[in-house]
Amino acid sequence: MTTPARARYDAVIVGGGHNGLVCATYLARAGRSVLVLEAADRVGGAAVTREFAPGFQVSAGAHLLHLMPPALLNDLDLGAHGLKFAAHNLPTVALSADGQHLSMQAGGGSGARLSAADARAYTEWRRLMRQISGALHPLLNGAPPRLGTDAWSDRKSLMRLGWRIRRLGRRDMRELLRIGLMNVHDLLEDRFESPQLKGALALDAVLGTNYGPRSPGSVLSLLYRLAATGGTEVLSQPQGGLGALSAALGRAATAAGAEIHTAAPVERILVKDDRASGVALASGQQVLAPVVVSNADPKTTFLGLLGAEFLDAGFVRRITHLRTRGFTGKVHLALDRLPKFPGLDPESLRGRLLVAPDADYIERAYNHAKYNEYSAVPMLEVTVPSLSDPSLAPAGSHVVSIVVQYAPYELNEGWATGRQRFTDIVIDTLGAYAPGLRECVRASELLTPADIEREFRIHGGHWHHAEIAFDQFFMVRPVPGATQYETPLPGLFLCGAGCHPGGGVMGLAGRNAARQVMNRAA
Amino acid sequence: MSTPTEPHYRQPLLKTPFHERARALSQIDRFIPWAGYTTVDVFTSAEQEYFSVRNASSLFDLTPMVKYRVAGADALRFLNRLMTRDLAKLKPGKVAYVVWCDDAGMIIDDGTVFCTGPNEYRICTAERQMDWFTASAIGFDVRISEVTEEVAALAVQGPTSYSLLRAVGLAGLERLKPFEHGQFSMPGASAPITMMVSRTGFTGDLGYELWMEPADAGVVWDTLMRHGGTRGVRPIGSQALNMVRIEAGFVLPNLDFVSAAHTLRIGTERSPIELGLGWLVDFKKGHFTGRRALLAEQTRGPRRQLVGLDIEGTKPAHNSLLYTQRSGRTEAGSITSATWSPTCKRNLALAMVDAPYIATGSVLWVEIYLNRELVWERRMVRARVVERPFFAPARRRATPPAEF
Repeated sequence: MTTPARARYDAVIVGGGHNGLVCATYLARAGRSVLVLEAADRVGGAAVTREFAPGFQVSAGAHLLHLMPPALLNDLDLGAHGLKFAAHNLPTVALSADGQHLSMQAGGGSGARLSAADARAYTEWRRLMRQISGALHPLLNGAPPRLGTDAWSDRKSLMRLGWRIRRLGRRDMRELLRIGLMNVHDLLEDRFESPQLKGALALDAVLGTNYGPRSPGSVLSLLYRLAATGGTEVLSQPQGGLGALSAALGRAATAAGAEIHTAAPVERILVKDDRASGVALASGQQVLAPVVVSNADPKTTFLGLLGAEFLDAGFVRRITHLRTRGFTGKVHLALDRLPKFPGLDPESLRGRLLVAPDADYIERAYNHAKYNEYSAVPMLEVTVPSLSDPSLAPAGSHVVSIVVQYAPYELNEGWATGRQRFTDIVIDTLGAYAPGLRECVRASELLTPADIEREFRIHGGHWHHAEIAFDQFFMVRPVPGATQYETPLPGLFLCGAGCHPGGGVMGLAGRNAARQVMNRAA
Repeated sequence: MSTPTEPHYRQPLLKTPFHERARALSQIDRFIPWAGYTTVDVFTSAEQEYFSVRNASSLFDLTPMVKYRVAGADALRFLNRLMTRDLAKLKPGKVAYVVWCDDAGMIIDDGTVFCTGPNEYRICTAERQMDWFTASAIGFDVRISEVTEEVAALAVQGPTSYSLLRAVGLAGLERLKPFEHGQFSMPGASAPITMMVSRTGFTGDLGYELWMEPADAGVVWDTLMRHGGTRGVRPIGSQALNMVRIEAGFVLPNLDFVSAAHTLRIGTERSPIELGLGWLVDFKKGHFTGRRALLAEQTRGPRRQLVGLDIEGTKPAHNSLLYTQRSGRTEAGSITSATWSPTCKRNLALAMVDAPYIATGSVLWVEIYLNRELVWERRMVRARVVERPFFAPARRRATPPAEF
């Protein structure tokens, strides 16, 4: 590692994930001296591109950019900092074993064989989701209100929330309140006929969570995802993978004046007179700062870096009870050649391919996870990034990046033996839509939640740092007492996915946290 | 200790190792449940038993007190983060009165901590605390086990208690100062009985607490009763104890405050500052649960406080409301505990009083209801806020104590 230039900064950011970098940029822009300390040898956290087989590169964590709002991308001027897109506005395709795939473009649904009723229902669905996400999206842009305080800002923000929901109109407001806490399976049964369509929408609802479509709260995670994208999900693939986005964020932060050090793991958050006073690095060096912002997940931050003795016991218990176990795995395949996907045109193949033929398929896949088994027939979200970005693989070869559910953190039989078996299951599951796939695989890699925990230093290996669930959401995210990016310890802030509005490569937690830090000092 | 021969749900109340002795001496069969045990409320008459504490010697079975053993490399760090006092100063052989709070700085329970060795402690509490202790142990290398049933406890309190214990053969007791404990032995049926004795109690008088093996309990009780003689030893029940603890100004959970772990209504929990136990809170020792909230409360000033009241007349003001004026128009708080004090010859009470009226010397009005052969009368009498404790004889601190 390199050595920080100074012994004292206005703010130290623990962790150079995308949220940490966004937070650093805004703080530096406001004139603060900012130091970012990243444990890995590159910035980006779980948004990194790395080699997984000789000559094959892949976005090791997140593999598509769809949640970061265009306004934030523009504001950070990432284009000027080297961000290019290999593909933009990618389609989502629900695969079908008979080759009759269902393609859904951001612009509108194109039904391979949607019935007239489904086509109408889908149009109405999109209208409703645009309405709802239009109403809810502004909530992501600021600190959520707290209940039971006398603060005028909290009351104002609660009233604004009520007003936005009321403004949906009687019909849509009722529908939002009706479906808000439902399970997505019931919701989709109410509205659609096509199993493929229901499977695709159910996948969106449960992706990255510990839910099946029949789990209560699975509509909330769907609304959350839609709210983040403003109702129209535009899928993009950065040139060079998600790591290129992180690199651009790093350059933006540096350009704003922040100092970034990689391979600089923080060991401890320092406390003096009941205030965060800086950090101690694993190297033994100490850096002082009146503001410490943690991009790490809440459990790592409070129990690992800070320590229970500086916190109240009830708060520590809430942190301990935070549900942070991941159930999502990642499979990377290095292919000598790309097999044929019958029925899939070249444009669709570049998109996001879903293996979730119907909602019950996902529920069955989920059953296993409840008992610490991997899904016998898993649900997949597949991309072939090398089609749009040949730089990721040697000429003629291809990379397949697969998000797979469900892979429990702790496997009954142990991941030592389960690893190869589950990888084979994933390959065979996808192989049903691409005959001969197995023969094309030169190398493969499986990241279980336990691997994700190790590689990206996320306690439990959950994408969102903590489950997106009603009791860990919005006003109470991650736990009461640490909402609004602040913690019980003065001077210590959170800016990671464990905060509102959560994970996915969105960047809003980082920006909101920076605002809160500046509000506090002002 | 009665070994449960039947499933616990068939014997909802346990019997302490002293139970057979107590039952034999109980003249009016007044037993009450206490922390899962059946215990004596009154043996004969609460007043008679009261005078054995103040004028002679009393035996009180406090086995139901919940006891925990805390040990491990982080035991001291754990306790200092759990409790509001600085226990770094508590050396082996010492005892401290403590309270602990939730995150909001509201009292969960009070109790005593015995330092039994380096990083080894026993905690006595009124209610079961394993849940909170376990939460508080997250991040600390400490082992906590409940030892309530492994230890029989007997309080020997009163001006002649020292002489009584000397008479049964506890050598070296003269050196034991208040809030100290040690190992002592006395002759048993066949072999000597060794037990921990602490100079602690809930009476505000000279007194000791004996912590022994349940198997030794019967012999210890019999020996003490045998050596009573002119020292006037007598077993007492909870009612007599309640009178003396009010005189001593001690608070009791569920009477003077409700544990923050049990309150449901907002604003009914109480902080140590509100209970007048601010002296137990050490802001300088580093972080402990509730510190930030208590610091804020201290800055803001308490909204109410538990105070001692000296009330006109002789009728105990049980559960009475307090008013600022005789007219009874503006409430100022309420009584939590009340008794006529036979020793002080004063009508005493503990009361939770709103902040404007907590200063010593403040005059308040108490509304007392009297049941006179089913004819109810209402009295408005004057009360004055006075210092606690109401009764604090010099003998409680004298070392060595006087002989009788």
